[in-house]
Amino acid sequence: MADTSYTLQARGICKYFGEHTALQDIDFALRPGEVHALLGENGAGKSTLIKILTGAYHPDAGEVLLEDRPVSFRDPLHAQAHGIGTVYQEVNLLPNRSVAENLFLGRQPTRFGMVDKRRIEREATELLARYGLDDIDPRAELGAYSVAVQQIVAIARAVELSGKVLILDEPTASLDRNEVEKLFEVIADLKARGLAIVFITHFLDQVFAIADRVTILRNGRLIGTEPLTEMSRTDVVRMMLGKDISFSGGTSAVGEREVGELLVSFRGTGRTGSLQPFSLDIHKGEVIGVAGLLGSGRTEMARIMFGIDPADSGEIRLNGTPVSIQSASDAIAHGFGFCPEDRKADGIIGDLSVRENIVIALQGKLGWFRALNRDDQLEIAGRFAEMLDIRAASPDMPIKLLSGGNQQKVILARWLATDPGFLILDEPTRGIDVGAHAEIVRTINRLRDDGMALVVISSELDEVVAYSSRIVVMRDRELVAELRGENINPSVIVQAIANQSDEAIAS
Amino acid sequence: MNRSLRPLAATTIIFIIAYGLSVAQFPNMFSTRVLGNFLTDNAFLGITAVGMTFVIISGGIDLSVGAVIGFTGVLVAVLVSWFSVHPLIAFAIALVVASAFGALMGCAIHFLQVPSFIVTLAGMFLARGAASVLTQDSIPVNHEFYSFISTLYIKLDGGGRISFIGGLMLLVFVIGAILAHRTKFGSYVYALGGNATSASLMGVPVARTTILVYTLSSFLAGLAGVVFSLYTSAGYPLAAVGVELDAIGAVVIGGTLLTGGYGFIFGSFVGVMLQGLVQTYIIFDGSLSSWWTKIVIGMLLFLFIVLQRVIFSSSAPKLKHVRKLKHE
Repeated sequence: MADTSYTLQARGICKYFGEHTALQDIDFALRPGEVHALLGENGAGKSTLIKILTGAYHPDAGEVLLEDRPVSFRDPLHAQAHGIGTVYQEVNLLPNRSVAENLFLGRQPTRFGMVDKRRIEREATELLARYGLDDIDPRAELGAYSVAVQQIVAIARAVELSGKVLILDEPTASLDRNEVEKLFEVIADLKARGLAIVFITHFLDQVFAIADRVTILRNGRLIGTEPLTEMSRTDVVRMMLGKDISFSGGTSAVGEREVGELLVSFRGTGRTGSLQPFSLDIHKGEVIGVAGLLGSGRTEMARIMFGIDPADSGEIRLNGTPVSIQSASDAIAHGFGFCPEDRKADGIIGDLSVRENIVIALQGKLGWFRALNRDDQLEIAGRFAEMLDIRAASPDMPIKLLSGGNQQKVILARWLATDPGFLILDEPTRGIDVGAHAEIVRTINRLRDDGMALVVISSELDEVVAYSSRIVVMRDRELVAELRGENINPSVIVQAIANQSDEAIAS
Repeated sequence: MNRSLRPLAATTIIFIIAYGLSVAQFPNMFSTRVLGNFLTDNAFLGITAVGMTFVIISGGIDLSVGAVIGFTGVLVAVLVSWFSVHPLIAFAIALVVASAFGALMGCAIHFLQVPSFIVTLAGMFLARGAASVLTQDSIPVNHEFYSFISTLYIKLDGGGRISFIGGLMLLVFVIGAILAHRTKFGSYVYALGGNATSASLMGVPVARTTILVYTLSSFLAGLAGVVFSLYTSAGYPLAAVGVELDAIGAVVIGGTLLTGGYGFIFGSFVGVMLQGLVQTYIIFDGSLSSWWTKIVIGMLLFLFIVLQRVIFSSSAPKLKHVRKLKHE
């Protein structure tokens, strides 16, 4: 199709952060009057691309064209003035101010130097009515309304200010079904008015319900842009998860191996509003792989298992005895360990040394009065640094100076030092280099052979397949399938995630 | 009722009850004379509190105001008594210096991204130190203009009077309220306090607003210094020590949220009057130590912080779910 029919175009976009390639040669084109879904797992580059389109970042290579003219935006405000409005998942409005003020802030009409409140309120009422919000009081505090209303107010503001391109960054993440429908009506209206809409989400149903085309990113690379009419759900999931899912010898080598005795057992464990009850038995010497898309409930499951968000239904048994896990300290006391997904935010303590980061969980377990002295700490740190091949110049080096892979190994070492019986790893290999990746996979295999029970969450299908004894598949905050034996292979997992072939996932 | 109005309503009701109880015990307290003195005696505090209200609504704090009052008072006294400058010119110079000082602090807060607490703490030491460099002693101001000002007042029924400085404070409150609630600048200040990131994404000129807020606060502290100089007819480098805390207290008691984003200028007025009421009660009683003022203010502050906590956490979002959202 000719270039002239695009509202917004990005060509050959590259973006690097130091050594890390965030985006490599991305082309992205947006037509007027289309809803264009942008998909990809965490770290795929969606948000970097959006930030480049809205001027928050500047590309290291490539160009952005708005209505065929090259543009370079200083910041999101500049982009907004040129027609590109963005609405984020956490609504970037002011909950402490009135709805009307949120719609007009920065461009309030004034009379004799005073803000003309009456006119703003009248215009706000008219504007809201156009978005189907005719019983909203424009004088009420925005924070008094639901997130859905706030989203629509944010959309109304963005469209009024910009009017060419609307970028919706996970707008539906915290909405219920009715609210999503309402939002979709608004989106359909805007589409009919000729706006070009970018829709980012991780709910596939919603993509198929509203979007015309889809662009899929993976690890900073463009996997493809396709009309949705020609795609099945399996195709989409495959593009998101697999570089190339025509696997050779995909079936797991460990699937048939004998496992030890039952260690932990979850029976109807769930948490209202977070995860449907699930049941799962985990044996010693077993790795349970958890597969599913972002937002499918993978991380929620890990958090419930570890007591960060305690379960409110079902029971947990350890060695056959019911135990209560209401907090992370309960979990640690029972010999659980957990390496969280977001290393920087939840894992490392950046300014402390490698040694301190390793012993901190062990010290927590020992309590206040049995302090580990420096020699003990060094001994422990040294032992694990060697075992996991942690490359640090000295154990007293601040952990924030280490590479991502080495940080991940330190966190793994932290939990191994507490000698856990049951270890939960959430995306242990995300964003780390190939060498560290191999080391972590080797460690997982070794721990399993040593008789530890592990739950490993990963979106790298080849990887999960390689070390898992069993795989559970999550979809829409529910455990939907348990795969074992020859069903542990990427294509079955993809089908289970996409929910397309029911007989294939019956285990 | 709008939840941000509730602390203000609570303060007002407490003031009315407290005043009623005081009058029940000392009927003389119900007179225009006492009310007039409320205004005069707290004029400098009230003017300072208006500036502080803007700062706190914007999500910051200004610890320098007491020192700025002291510095301005000394500067005015030095200019008038030693250099025979006409008081009006001295006032103008003092206000320009104070405003520039505030603008500098605002720049440091915005461009260096240093917390306002630290910057204005440094500002406090600087201003207090500068005042002591000018003089160590109290400098009396004997000028006919000062005597003239003290003859300006509005007589009220019952023998009370609204003095020039009391009236000036009322005027500052009115202008402050218009500025906060009716102008773009005011809405930007609330926006900053609500969420600075959102505000900048929504096109609020964050740099300009931040600098203006601290300029305004220091300007009003300077004005309070002028008022203090008129009130005491002297300049003393250690004057108004701790007034910044009284002002913060009045603002918080008046229903402004310390974390920013919510508050009313009128609330700070009630907060100041409540402090004045406690002081007046102690004077009428005669046997109580004046430190009881601090204890009462301390208790009120604590009460209001708890009250705000309750109001702003229990009735947080999702009060009104919109029925319209159901599919029609």
